[in-house]
Amino acid sequence: MQKTTLLLLLLLLIALAFYFGRQRSLQLAGGPIRNLHSLPNYYGYYTALWCGLPALLLFILWLGFETSIITHLVLADLPEDLRALPPDRKGLLINDIRNAVNGQFSGEAQPAMRAAADHYRHLQSLSNLLLSVLAASVAMAGAAWGRQRIRKDHRARNKVESAVMIFLMGSSLVAILTTIGILLSVLFESIRFFEIVPVTEFLFGLDWSPQMAIRADQVGSSGAFGAVPLFTGTLLISAIAMAVSVPIGLLAAIYLAEYASLRLRAVAKPLLEILAGIPTVVYGFFAALTVAPFVRDLGMSMGLGVSSESALAAGLVMGIMIIPFVSSLSDDFINAVPQALRDGAYALGATQSETIRKVVIPAALPGIVGGILLAVSRAIGETMIVVMAAGLSANLTANPLDAVTTVTTQIVTLLVGDQEFDSPKTLAAFALGLVLFLITLALNVIALHIVRKYREQYE
Amino acid sequence: MNSPNGSVSPHAPHGNTVAKVRAGLARRRAAETRFRFYGLASLVVGLAFLAIMFSSIIGKAYSAFQQTYIGLDVQFDERLLAPEGKRDAETLAAADYGGLLKQSLELLFPDVKDRQQKRALNKLVSSGAGNDLRRLLLAKPDLMGKTVRVWLPADDDVDMFAKGQIDRHDSEGDRRLKDYQLAWLDKLQAEGRVEKRFNSLFFKAGDSREPELAGIRGAVAGSFLTLMVTLVLSLPIGFAAAVYLEEFAPRSRWTDIIEVNINNLAAVPSIVFGLLGLAVFINFFGLPRSSPLVGGLVLTLMTLPVIIIAGRSALKAVPPSIREAALGVGASHMQTVFHHVFPLAIPGMLTGAIIGMARALGESAPLLMIGMVAFIVDIPRSVMAPATVLPVQIYLWADSPERGFVERTSAAILVLLAFLIVMNGLAVYLRKRYEKRW
Repeated sequence: MQKTTLLLLLLLLIALAFYFGRQRSLQLAGGPIRNLHSLPNYYGYYTALWCGLPALLLFILWLGFETSIITHLVLADLPEDLRALPPDRKGLLINDIRNAVNGQFSGEAQPAMRAAADHYRHLQSLSNLLLSVLAASVAMAGAAWGRQRIRKDHRARNKVESAVMIFLMGSSLVAILTTIGILLSVLFESIRFFEIVPVTEFLFGLDWSPQMAIRADQVGSSGAFGAVPLFTGTLLISAIAMAVSVPIGLLAAIYLAEYASLRLRAVAKPLLEILAGIPTVVYGFFAALTVAPFVRDLGMSMGLGVSSESALAAGLVMGIMIIPFVSSLSDDFINAVPQALRDGAYALGATQSETIRKVVIPAALPGIVGGILLAVSRAIGETMIVVMAAGLSANLTANPLDAVTTVTTQIVTLLVGDQEFDSPKTLAAFALGLVLFLITLALNVIALHIVRKYREQYE
Repeated sequence: MNSPNGSVSPHAPHGNTVAKVRAGLARRRAAETRFRFYGLASLVVGLAFLAIMFSSIIGKAYSAFQQTYIGLDVQFDERLLAPEGKRDAETLAAADYGGLLKQSLELLFPDVKDRQQKRALNKLVSSGAGNDLRRLLLAKPDLMGKTVRVWLPADDDVDMFAKGQIDRHDSEGDRRLKDYQLAWLDKLQAEGRVEKRFNSLFFKAGDSREPELAGIRGAVAGSFLTLMVTLVLSLPIGFAAAVYLEEFAPRSRWTDIIEVNINNLAAVPSIVFGLLGLAVFINFFGLPRSSPLVGGLVLTLMTLPVIIIAGRSALKAVPPSIREAALGVGASHMQTVFHHVFPLAIPGMLTGAIIGMARALGESAPLLMIGMVAFIVDIPRSVMAPATVLPVQIYLWADSPERGFVERTSAAILVLLAFLIVMNGLAVYLRKRYEKRW
């Protein structure tokens, strides 16, 4: 039986369990349902839970372990010479067998391979059959058990509600688990990386060339993991982006909040926010194909040597992307400044711009600063624009017309493509990820703290 | 907001002050105008960027919806296709259709003898044209032995030339087509054998190394499967977490930690989620690389904070009187929430969920990490099959050197943006239609 059919069957059984549980409670009530502790539906839910939960749990566990157990069994049955292969060749062999199971033979199929594939297929169908029988019987046994426990004064509602409560609490834990998962996965690989490359060399080294020698006698790929050029490159591009987005975003927000007519505001604000909804890969394409050649040609016409993957182009486009982020946050904070402060300033004879510059902005400043910090963390973590437009050469430079590379670009280039997983090259990506995570985390914590503190001021 | 400029009281204690203020007025008014202009200019610049970006992409994209076709008189020669006289499907499927094309092109240009030129001649039509002929013949076996005019997709360079992207006035070394190729094309054009048609292949085909054969169907299917996984996981978990945190969670340190955590996760760079997916789902749990399942799991973790935060504010907007009324008639806490508060908050929660989904649809960086950048021709049929998604397809095409991929990348971007506009439009509609002000 296919797994989807089995799943449908289980759903059917659950629905039946609901029906029978409900019927049973009505039968026990023998008349008006006020004789029951809970509403009849709750007895139905109760039986359905007993029917569904154990069976689904079994189903999921089975799915999790099925492949590895079958693979193990097939491998144990292979001829002696194939079993003695080193682990990496064995991995390839397993892949070949799985492909053969799906009917794709690579090259000439050896008899041993065919036998293994047949064995695999046999075990697979056996496992499917076993799972179907087991899951169905567990479901039916569960339903019978649940139904049999129903009494007139059975507290079905409380039991169902606590089951739901457990689901709700579990769901809210996913966020915590995600954070722990991120930390652990990045941390473990980073520690393995730092066993090969010292932390100090990674954090303070000035030379980044992660090409490792594949053979011992290879020349020119020593593998240097000094990440300073990446940090400066990231900072340079983020600085350009902030130099574009902060003035434009802030001034646009001020105009929209203080000067613009309601009609203009109703049109311009959503339009500006479209910029925030455009996928970053689109910005990357725009940066690489339109802005970078434009910047290069402009520089050439002024007699400057501009790299075709200049930091300026990437930073400029990233700045455009962040404009709505800065402007909508600033807009919120400017609007949160009480009107009384403005009226006070007008009463003293200040013009509108003086009011804005000397009263409104200083009052909204903490919030705006928090918003800008969030924008900085966004700029540092932005990936696609720099991957597509910023290039790979790790130059230690502050010249925006040169090509630089960033932390995120290097993570992508180190991990995309075929890599053995244990080389320092791939581990380096996780170390960079750790740095990225910690920096953005720190920025976010500070920013959120400032924003929250500020919000409390006027509420 | 009226400007109170110049409303100086006539009873100023010192005429001196009045004079000072008057003297500064012109300067202050100028500053006011300047400041106002800066604001307007910034707004205009921001919107101009939007306009430039859209027009540049649309300007590149529109030509991708057409494809140049070349009409050839193909004789389905039995000697070439089925030399042993067998006409079963297997023979026909494996036959030499490239030879068939060669024959018909040679018939058109009999004076091409040079080997290099012959090769160039064969390259006028797409390298996938043979497959088209096979499909045609398998569908209509009675074509065997007849000569029919078949319209075949042109090679991407020819296509680019027909669309004016390759300029014949450039020097021969600078362009991808040689002079003699241009002469052939002129002849074909004069005979009415060159035609532009709607590029349906772009919507029907999977990825290909040849621009003229490449389509977005595979990427769209991959995006759909990935989003389905994301939706199935993130909607119940996100809603449940929002309900728990807003309605049930006791105000404790633990709840605070969860809250801060969710806010922080919302701002963690997406690529970090990719690292998590690579280390946990692929290396630890051994799920298949490049599969929509892993992609969906990663995107679920990414969108959950968005859904939870939006869901909580939707729940917060339901007035406490609703809860009190339900509790007052004897509903349990859980009944109050699920019978009354949750249904009222659903439009708001769904709006947040759709926005989260739209963001997941446009996301590409974490999917690069888990191997969804592989070159995949087949259209994925299950969540375990290798697949790619639309934004990653855009990234892959943007990296390809062929000229023909530029317009296709732009067209794929338009398709992606169309999906996003529909989703966001739906969110806005939901909010407008069902939003209640209490």
